[in-house]
Amino acid sequence: MTKRYTYFPGCSILGTGRACEESTRAVFAELGVELDDLEDWNCCGATAYMSVDEHKALALAARNLALADTKECPELTTPCSGCYLVLNKTQRYMEEYPRVGDKVKCALKDAGLNYTGRVRVRHMLDILVHDVGLDEVRKHVKRPLKNAKIAPYYGCQTVRPYLDFDHQHYPMTIDRLAEALGATPVHFPLKTRCCGGSQMGTLPNVAQRLCYAILREARRQGANLILSVCPLCHFNLDSYQPDIRRRFGEDVSITTMYYTQLVGLAFGMDPETLGLHRNMTWDGSWLEREVLAGATA
Amino acid sequence: MDTTTRHIKYQADCDPTFAPAIKAIPGCEKLDSCIQCGTCSGICPLSIYMDMPPRRIMNLVRYGFKREVMNSNTVWLCSACYACTVECPRQIKVTDVMYALKQMAIKERLYPKRFPMVVLANQFYKMVRHRGRMNEIHLVTRLYLLTNWFKLLEMARLGIELIRRGRFSVKPDNIERRAELHAILDYEKRYPPTEAAPK
Repeated sequence: MTKRYTYFPGCSILGTGRACEESTRAVFAELGVELDDLEDWNCCGATAYMSVDEHKALALAARNLALADTKECPELTTPCSGCYLVLNKTQRYMEEYPRVGDKVKCALKDAGLNYTGRVRVRHMLDILVHDVGLDEVRKHVKRPLKNAKIAPYYGCQTVRPYLDFDHQHYPMTIDRLAEALGATPVHFPLKTRCCGGSQMGTLPNVAQRLCYAILREARRQGANLILSVCPLCHFNLDSYQPDIRRRFGEDVSITTMYYTQLVGLAFGMDPETLGLHRNMTWDGSWLEREVLAGATA
Repeated sequence: MDTTTRHIKYQADCDPTFAPAIKAIPGCEKLDSCIQCGTCSGICPLSIYMDMPPRRIMNLVRYGFKREVMNSNTVWLCSACYACTVECPRQIKVTDVMYALKQMAIKERLYPKRFPMVVLANQFYKMVRHRGRMNEIHLVTRLYLLTNWFKLLEMARLGIELIRRGRFSVKPDNIERRAELHAILDYEKRYPPTEAAPK
């Protein structure tokens, strides 16, 4: 039975987070999950829109919900944690605060759109681990990643303020997924600690301090890889390692990738297909050197 | 030179409209139930950079100390990680209170000039209103041109790396039905909140 979901890519996916989409599409296609693109989607508004105007922020995100409402599958999924939270929050606030919800619905109706409220926002990680299932994932593993020691980084907005599919304080979804791929997850207390998000652009000293703590802790726990979920978390942890080293005088370099990229590697896919060459911390010999070496012995 | 300043605040210094305006925003209604336990300040990863921790902001807001709250950098450091919202033993959505304060500050222009977080929010808002989607490269360029264009030079290393890896999208992305989006966003302009909106 093929599973089908309505797919919302998000703005980052078109730019710096390109690898996130490439790996997501490759892995879900392999698992026989159909992603039906939401036509003419718009930006969810992220944290910036909510800082300017509450009604407009909800209405902006709700346009996507109204577009998804016309689709055959009412389950809307997105690979970005920021988009996931904003769409999820909009959907919930419209239900929780009818006064706000009615106004947003009026604004949509005025523009010729209709939102019935049947849309459910799902995280791709949730779909991969709970709908597809780890048994199915295990069946596709061609290259068990025995020597990969993983620090699973969930970030803020995957788990807060809503988390329907895991424990909010110490989530284990990525840990269990990594085990299914043959890898070893390490104990990682900072797995849901904030990376600073967009503060990396506005107050780099602040955000780099937060990322420094996360990177250092991952290394201290003996990990050789950080898995991230969200394009912004990944960007912050992946791209600023040279700056962090300069600022704090400590080498915190560690390979980082999206969880979907690791799944793809375990499925035996080509690194290029998974967009691994787009990661700043990726070097072609990593897989051979750190993960596959001695794994067969 | 007059160096004598009063440190004690009088009730007359408060703005009686401040707390009700914030509490009317969805998510901020439970503000009065705050027990000042300090859990929000303890869990906040950014409180070490704030001039007033979230706990103090909560108290100042509910008693109407608008000037003090608006002069602090706290709301602009909040990255919306929702740790405080999840941990609050009184179920106060602290992140939503921070958002409400940001909205009020931007509407009333009560923020430090060229403060990067405000510029970022405003530029993001304008870009998405115009095109329907956000382009990271354009956004960051505008941010630095308006705040500190020296940063653009510092970003050269990252820019080159992004180009080399095919992650640098120069072309801004537009949605097709921009008129529809504008109709949604301009709803309040057509039907101001005071007038009864048509059902």
